Amino acid sequence: MRATEPSEKTVRYAAAFFDNEHDLMAIAAEARLRGFEIQDVFTPYPIHGMDRAVGLKRSRLGWIAFVAGALGLISAILLQVWTSAYDWPLNVGGKPFNSFPLFVPVMFELTVLFSGLISIGVLFMMNRLWIMSKKKIFEGVTDDRFILVLKQEDASFDTEKAARLFKKYNAIKVMEGDKFV
Amino acid sequence: MAAVFRDIETVREEEIRLQSEIDRITAHPVYSPLREPLIDESKACSDVTNDISGLLERPASKGWWILFGLSFSLLIAGIVAAINTVYFGIGTWGLNKTVGWAFGITNFVFWIGIGHAGTFISAILYLFGQKWRTSINRSAEAMTLIAVMCAGIFPILHMGRPWLFYWIMPYPNTRGSLWVNFRSPLLWDFFAISTYFTISLVFWYLGLVPDLATARDRATNKARKIFYTVLSLGWNGSNRTWSRYETVYGVLAALATPLVLSVHSIVSFDFATSLVPGWHSTIFPPYFVAGAVFSGFAMVTTLLIPVRKVMHLEGYITVQHLDNMCKITLLTGSIVGLSYLTELFIGFYSGNPNEIFVILNRMGGPYAWAYWIMFSCNAFIPQLFWFKAFRTRIPLILSLCILVNVGMWFERFVIIVTSLHRDYLPSSWAIFIPTLTDVGLLVGSFGLFFTAFLIFLRLFPVISMNEVKGVLHYARD
Repeated sequence: MRATEPSEKTVRYAAAFFDNEHDLMAIAAEARLRGFEIQDVFTPYPIHGMDRAVGLKRSRLGWIAFVAGALGLISAILLQVWTSAYDWPLNVGGKPFNSFPLFVPVMFELTVLFSGLISIGVLFMMNRLWIMSKKKIFEGVTDDRFILVLKQEDASFDTEKAARLFKKYNAIKVMEGDKFV
Repeated sequence: MAAVFRDIETVREEEIRLQSEIDRITAHPVYSPLREPLIDESKACSDVTNDISGLLERPASKGWWILFGLSFSLLIAGIVAAINTVYFGIGTWGLNKTVGWAFGITNFVFWIGIGHAGTFISAILYLFGQKWRTSINRSAEAMTLIAVMCAGIFPILHMGRPWLFYWIMPYPNTRGSLWVNFRSPLLWDFFAISTYFTISLVFWYLGLVPDLATARDRATNKARKIFYTVLSLGWNGSNRTWSRYETVYGVLAALATPLVLSVHSIVSFDFATSLVPGWHSTIFPPYFVAGAVFSGFAMVTTLLIPVRKVMHLEGYITVQHLDNMCKITLLTGSIVGLSYLTELFIGFYSGNPNEIFVILNRMGGPYAWAYWIMFSCNAFIPQLFWFKAFRTRIPLILSLCILVNVGMWFERFVIIVTSLHRDYLPSSWAIFIPTLTDVGLLVGSFGLFFTAFLIFLRLFPVISMNEVKGVLHYARD
């Protein structure tokens, strides 16, 4: 199976369509363990355990949310202490200018606001989700199709072995091409 | 020869190891036989898509137009009342020097409370792994957003000069800069509610994106195609996207959980930090939060019962769902009832004559009727949900939930008006009588609520398709 010289390095993709999550999960796990490179899988809903099947690491977005929250907290402290105690201190009912305990509610709210907005913004950026997006959308993926895309980067890709695997897990349809994702 | 056999042996061992590794990765969850499927057992993924997206593709039914017409006329009444308020001023309300807060703040607290159920369902039940929430979270979150909008109108109108409402934001200005007073609970309210609205909105939208993509892929007419293409942000169901999406969804749920508790706590600080008898009480934050979730669940149930009937969603929002919601209403209603009793006990136990007077005045004063409506609707009525018959018969659920809504509106009215109308100085005692404008604004807020909810039903998938597809296998295989 040496269709191309390794030096040319053509990247081709093979997409297999399945009609249920169990086949997809099993083929993803087997394909990875047998040394295929999985480009991605596409599903109508998030599948529990799929990250482990395709060998995806845990997302670091949780840390981003934490840092963003800390940023919100610091901003709230600076904003309230500076405006109330330094920039224009006002005597309100004889309370101290820096009434720190009374600043806690706004501190909490801004922590949540920053953390939520920044983490969703980073999510949209990392996945390039935006209104003018021109991504490839597989037919039926938002309905009831489960799709595995294998990446065929060099000559080591065993087409026959891939075809056997697709058959074993009842692929409905297989597509090949050089531009998928 | 022996070497070849050894090789075959290694290959076989390798295969067995591989297979067991695959089996380990793809292991299915095991369900107890006591579990029941969450969704009608005949539904497959494509049925979910067809049933829910199909609702958006058909023209609106006659029933929808009738309801829309009714709600919209209520909304018009509210708009007239709002114009009257802005043009002539707060004098058009029934307020006087003694009762400076009445319908406006009652409606504000009522609507904010309604919103809490949506967040409870979308965030708290998510963190607790309650998978039945998937059928109802979308509409409950939409209800939250609309209820917060309804609530926001009242403090803004109450400011008297609503066009200057942005003065409550701390921004550098030409008045000094004169900053806002960060020690005031009314300012905390502004921060709490705007954060609550923003986070609820992005949470709701994030959950909607995959479903908007489904609507996009089914759209045949051009306007719909553009609308859903823009909103679905090129969603293609990639697992990398799902993985991060789920992380962020979890983060937002973890943020929204303390947030929702903080919002009604802060609303209760508007009262609790004052020195007015009947308001000055440390029980207020938990009491308000429980009351909010209680009224919110009653409102979700009130909305969903007609929706599931008219839109034929009985297979998705089953009697089991209604039963669960009734149980939460029962729990939170019992907390509310306990809070009422605690308030009475602490009032008398304090020995403070002003506190005791407020309690006796609530129970037997000019607004006693409101107090007893509140007490019976909130403390007694939900206790009927102990009986399964009341949790599974739909007309009964609907009528009890409407009574709870009435009771919770009166709770806020009682707290606000009865504490104010007879204060420390008997010479300034007064009675609050709502004017037509007051009633118009109350009715108008319901008009806005139902109008916006009906528009939501036509524009967005009413049930979270991607989440429901994920729980179709629940207790079924």
